[in-house]
Amino acid sequence: MTQLTALGKSSPAPVVRRGPKRSRRAVALNLIAVVIGLAVWTLLAGVGVQGLPGPVEVAGKAAELLSDGTLPLDALASLRRVLLGFLLGTLLAVPIGFLMGWYATARGLLEPYVQFFRTIPPLAIIPLAIVLMGIGEVPKVFVIFLASFLSSVVATFQGVVDVDRTLINAARVLGASDRTIFLKVVVPASTPFILVGMRVGLGSAWGTLVAAELIAAQEGLGFRMQQAQLYYDLSTIFVGLIAIGVLGLLMDRLLLLAERRLTDWQERR
Amino acid sequence: MNAKISFRDVVKTYPMKDGTFTALDHVSLDIADREFVTVVGPSGCGKSTLMSMAAGLVEASAGETLVDGKPVTGPGPDRGVIFQQYALFPWLTVRKNVEFGLKLMELPAEERRRRAERAIELVGLSDFADALPKTLSGGMKQRCAIARAYAVNPQVLLMDEPFGALDALTRVQLQDQLLDTWSQDQRTVMFITHDVDEAVYLASRVIVMAARPGRIQRIIDVDLPYPRTEEMRLSPEFGRIRNEVWHAVYHQAPASSAA
Ligand SMILES: Nc1ncnc2c1ncn2[C@@H]1O[C@H](COP(=O)(O)OP(=O)(O)OP(=O)(O)O)[C@@H](O)[C@H]1O
Ligand SMILES: [Mg+2]
Repeated sequence: MTQLTALGKSSPAPVVRRGPKRSRRAVALNLIAVVIGLAVWTLLAGVGVQGLPGPVEVAGKAAELLSDGTLPLDALASLRRVLLGFLLGTLLAVPIGFLMGWYATARGLLEPYVQFFRTIPPLAIIPLAIVLMGIGEVPKVFVIFLASFLSSVVATFQGVVDVDRTLINAARVLGASDRTIFLKVVVPASTPFILVGMRVGLGSAWGTLVAAELIAAQEGLGFRMQQAQLYYDLSTIFVGLIAIGVLGLLMDRLLLLAERRLTDWQERR
Repeated sequence: MNAKISFRDVVKTYPMKDGTFTALDHVSLDIADREFVTVVGPSGCGKSTLMSMAAGLVEASAGETLVDGKPVTGPGPDRGVIFQQYALFPWLTVRKNVEFGLKLMELPAEERRRRAERAIELVGLSDFADALPKTLSGGMKQRCAIARAYAVNPQVLLMDEPFGALDALTRVQLQDQLLDTWSQDQRTVMFITHDVDEAVYLASRVIVMAARPGRIQRIIDVDLPYPRTEEMRLSPEFGRIRNEVWHAVYHQAPASSAA
């Protein structure tokens, strides 16, 4: 009887999700992979690959750097640069990408620059940035900004260009003005592209970080690793690498979550 | 005749690598106010192109399209369009899709809600009003697109194979609903279909087009009274007209000059 009522009230749109069993299996496999990786690492360190510290040694170093406050301070400094550069880059990239996608004139004017600078690795800008901007925070943030700007701008632009013409026509025949079409059709339709661009942008922002911190930094994960390199301190280098990886992964997951939320309407194949 | 839509010597060509492709070759057609015409013809003969001109989405290469005697300069909410490819906004629920045009009319929220509700009910999607398009079947998407066009209550309905993706039963139901609303609201309807039965059942005139180059082959009057009934589908007169249309579509003489 209860079952009948439940059936009668069936909700219209059942959402298919992966069973918990399957994802638990995936997590288990992930964990196994990590354990195997650690084992191989230990083994390699054990058989004496030149100066390679084992996981335990690195963990000890991490604990030491954590307790004396170096690691949190470095991470904070790096995070601040990455976030600042990334946010500025994305904030500028989205409107410019929209402009380029929407107005042929803007596209004609901006595209050569975007395409040209995209072929230059952001790191190659560093010498120029130092000369022009000195050795403070500005050049570091600038280089990260440039890296994330360029990947986001291209994605946004592509998203706008790829908006389905029939959707625009559907809005037009319902009486939508250009402004409405832009806000109610083009923006939502290109959101998935923008979010993918942001993820790529975040990736390149992190990628640029270490090199940006080569520019006479006083703190930061990249700077710490540079220092460690001078003293042949492999453990600290490993701690830095892992910290960058973990932070990057966390930020990527956050963006992925936002992407899932905002673009849940997409038909995924 | 009091023409609501008239195509006057309309030509549409597309530039191609080797010369130009003629999608429509001097098409002239008057559709009377409150008339229901259907357009049939082989794939690629320019049915959608012709309709898009009335919608104001495609510009003619030569000739002109008039609505209410005025040249069409762009799309407008007086002409509702149902596209061959549903064209639902995938990020909006069924209800929000249907309300899209109503919002642009700046109706009060209450009125908007009521009209959307009515249109959704008409196409039988009430249980799915809050579902996203990705969770709907092809036929349901098409019904949602129909509701979206009905809701703004346009004087002219331009429908491009709107029932193409529907099963036979839903199709017949929606045909009867369409005729019902048409006879109540007295709109002008231009309806493209590849189903000869449907073309005859709905229309007072069937426009048969031919391809390469796209042109009007024949216009066949359907001398059956409205309201149309299911019995009429079985009548000898209906059968005769259907055969005539069928013949005109599928036994077309090749174009006089090579395309
Ligand atoms: N943008 C375009 N560029 C070049 N050719 C085009 C373009 N749009 C349409 N055509 C051509 O014009 C012709 C008519 O197209 P249209 O879409 O009007 O056909 P249709 O009669 O609606 O066909 P179907 O029944 O398959 O929907 C086709 O041969 C098509 O290839
Ligand atoms: Mg077509």
